[in-house]
Amino acid sequence: MSSLLEVRGLSKRFPGVQALSNVDFDVDSGEVVGLIGENGAGKSTLIKVLAGVHRADEGEIRLNGAPVTIQTPQDSFGLGISVIFQELNLVGNLSVAENIFLGRELRPAGILRSFLDFRRTAQRAQQLMQQAGLNCDPWLPVGELSLSRKQMVEVAKALSISSKIIIMDEPTSTLTGQETELLFEIIERLKKNGVAVVFVSHKLDEIFRMCDRLHVLRDGHHVGVTPTDQTNREELIRLMVGRDLGTLFVKQDAEISDTVLEARNLGSDKGIENVSFSLRKGEILGFAGLVGSGRTEVMRALFGIDKRTSGEIVIDGRPALIRNPTEAIAHGIGFVPEDRQVQGLVLGMDVRQNVTLASLRAVSSNGFLSDAREKHVTASFIEKLSIRTPGQEQVVVNLSGGNQQKVVVSKWLATTPRILILDEPTRGIDVGTKKEIHGLMSTLAGQGVAIIMISSELSEILAMSDRIVVMHEGRKKGELSRSEASQEKIMELALRESSQGVA
Amino acid sequence: MTVQNAKQNAKLRAVFQWYRKQARSSTFGVALILLALCVVLTLLTDRFLTQTNLFSVMRAFSFIAIIAIGECMVIISGGVDLSVGSIFGFSGLIAAIALNRWGWSIPAGIAVGMAVGTGFGMVNGGLITKLRIPPFIATLGMLSVVRGLAYAITSGYPVRVPSEFNVLGQGYLGPVPYPVIYMAALALIFSVFLKKTVLGRRIYAIGGNEEASAISGIRVDRVKMLVYTLAGLLAGISGVISIARLGVAQSTAGLGWELDVVAAVIIGGASLSGGKGTILGAILGAAIMGVLRNGLVLLNVSPYWQQAVIGLVIIIAIAADQMRLRGDAAKN
Ligand SMILES: Nc1ncnc2c1ncn2[C@@H]1O[C@H](COP(=O)(O)OP(=O)(O)OP(=O)(O)O)[C@@H](O)[C@H]1O
Ligand SMILES: [Mg+2]
Repeated sequence: MSSLLEVRGLSKRFPGVQALSNVDFDVDSGEVVGLIGENGAGKSTLIKVLAGVHRADEGEIRLNGAPVTIQTPQDSFGLGISVIFQELNLVGNLSVAENIFLGRELRPAGILRSFLDFRRTAQRAQQLMQQAGLNCDPWLPVGELSLSRKQMVEVAKALSISSKIIIMDEPTSTLTGQETELLFEIIERLKKNGVAVVFVSHKLDEIFRMCDRLHVLRDGHHVGVTPTDQTNREELIRLMVGRDLGTLFVKQDAEISDTVLEARNLGSDKGIENVSFSLRKGEILGFAGLVGSGRTEVMRALFGIDKRTSGEIVIDGRPALIRNPTEAIAHGIGFVPEDRQVQGLVLGMDVRQNVTLASLRAVSSNGFLSDAREKHVTASFIEKLSIRTPGQEQVVVNLSGGNQQKVVVSKWLATTPRILILDEPTRGIDVGTKKEIHGLMSTLAGQGVAIIMISSELSEILAMSDRIVVMHEGRKKGELSRSEASQEKIMELALRESSQGVA
Repeated sequence: MTVQNAKQNAKLRAVFQWYRKQARSSTFGVALILLALCVVLTLLTDRFLTQTNLFSVMRAFSFIAIIAIGECMVIISGGVDLSVGSIFGFSGLIAAIALNRWGWSIPAGIAVGMAVGTGFGMVNGGLITKLRIPPFIATLGMLSVVRGLAYAITSGYPVRVPSEFNVLGQGYLGPVPYPVIYMAALALIFSVFLKKTVLGRRIYAIGGNEEASAISGIRVDRVKMLVYTLAGLLAGISGVISIARLGVAQSTAGLGWELDVVAAVIIGGASLSGGKGTILGAILGAAIMGVLRNGLVLLNVSPYWQQAVIGLVIIIAIAADQMRLRGDAAKN
């Protein structure tokens, strides 16, 4: 019996990197197959070959036992494969509805068929958006949505096609718990309807919960396939990493001393109001809340990206003037933003140029860049964060998603900040490196750096934070200390409807 | 294998790798196109490959090339400047008026020409960063305003410049005309500026991703102000040199040059969406157009046809380069 989709002996080489070597893969109707592996293992490359974005150097793809060739995205589409890519593919200035039907626009019948059928587009879009859990105006430009909502637009887009195979490359990395649940419901439904689903994630709980079978990649090689119920966490990690990782990272206690930062009654033109909190040396302050609760917006106001409409920022006991990121950096603040492709990286520049971009002063003298110093700094971060790249001159757009994220983190660590804001720092990062980044945060805190971390993963918030601020609809809803915090308490604060107005 | 042999091999491999790397850059492609063009013209005419002809071609395109240095930086930053032709003309005109009518000294005349170019560049920068007018519109407006000013203050009459001044544009160092030397020096200075300084890196960064650059602490507006100002300055320098070369300033000088300048930069491998390009590429782009013009004259192509042929060759050159790069990518 042959599977719905079967891949044999697939190889793909990029300059300096063998991304896939002799990889086998298969998925059948009505099952969810997990595709897992470290950052740069080749997951996205395999998916892009199936999507017709890249062409394999060698190998064979079979659909229902018959060999097929996939040369272009149209081919893939025609075979009933639809893909949600790791990096979103949306047109920012087109609306949600237009993005959902891009290239397959709904048209009236008859002589008006060169025109768009706006009413039907809006109706269909609304249905699909509802299924994907996205409630907003279908005519809102996608560029104005948060990252997680963009992700939901992608889901709606994939649902708009009745495909036989749906491939999702790390869809949950940009979603919060609640939205993830919604996505899982969708996946269950697809599965029941006989669709084959391929699911990529670095979160092993999700993998164990959703997948029937797992394919594991390491360094471009296929190192195993197993039914999910016949394996366990440790075995999977060993397969992915090639060694034991030991227990999860345990946060070291750091000495928490003077208050370095105080935000008082912050408000901004992006809808946050009256947010106050303080941050101390050596402390890790977690920010939790649902998507749209204003966590990111607080940080943007603090860092001088969005215009502040009220409140003040006090650093080391003195009022600090922060009207733009340059002034924020001058006060020793660093900011790893949530959307690495839009806000984090200059995709057309190489690894080295990105790593040093926020600390050019430090690698130059009298305005002239020092090649040697740039190389030195970059080399140290490539090593410290184990960034997988053929060299410092590799253009970052060619790195795997997780490795791009590591470049952004490096860029901000290179500024040696005293206050470090991390907005979803481990998004899309594999288990091993996640542990390393947590270790790094802990070390930094030990050295007296004050850290703010936004994360949609409650387990990460709970593991790393000394104190937790919970946001809801643009306001601070409450604060929990490490000892009193629990998953339930955070969720209760994050979900509870506004009961008391803040003065 | 002997040690010597191994060393030799390593060296060969290094050269080969250097070649592979260069071959992927578009500057290399432009250089190839220029070389091909020169070979063809050498075979077709016996007057092309002479020292006199080559240097006179270089002098002829040096004015465009100097302006293209500034345009190149603007385009790398993600903008465009359509007013450079007008600024070129107006700066030369003011310098000539200062020398001729106001009786200013030569250094003062040069300075005022450069200052006027710089000033208009700053106005462009202000319109774009303070009033938030898109570069295309802002500089298109300035193209018209500045040209109009040139007509207004001269009523269309040419202005002569004193002959002592002419040597700056007409002189030679050995066989090399002065304007060619200015071009080479400016190209070198600004190449180093773009590739080796913090500011240069920032110009590439804002063209590549403005939002990420701003979050990285780059004052995007200041960098933009700088590139438009430099573009004005370079157009001004070119304008002053050109009146020294011609001995006369005219209100129509540089009319329509913005297209040649932008074309030179784009042929040179820059992208109108920003973040990419080199000064060397822009100079080579200007050279291709200069050599082409010269070739058409040498081949006795009717002036009425030259414009169309140049356009065609530009399109073919860029298409060939795109195909070469795409072929490379597909092989990988
Ligand atoms: N277009 C490209 N050009 C050059 N190298 C590439 C390109 N795309 C991917 N690579 C390289 O191929 C390897 C596999 O990348 P891929 O994106 O498939 O990894 P991944 O398993 O999806 O990782 P992640 O979990 O970080 O998303 C990486 O080393 C990456 O740098
Ligand atoms: Mg990937």
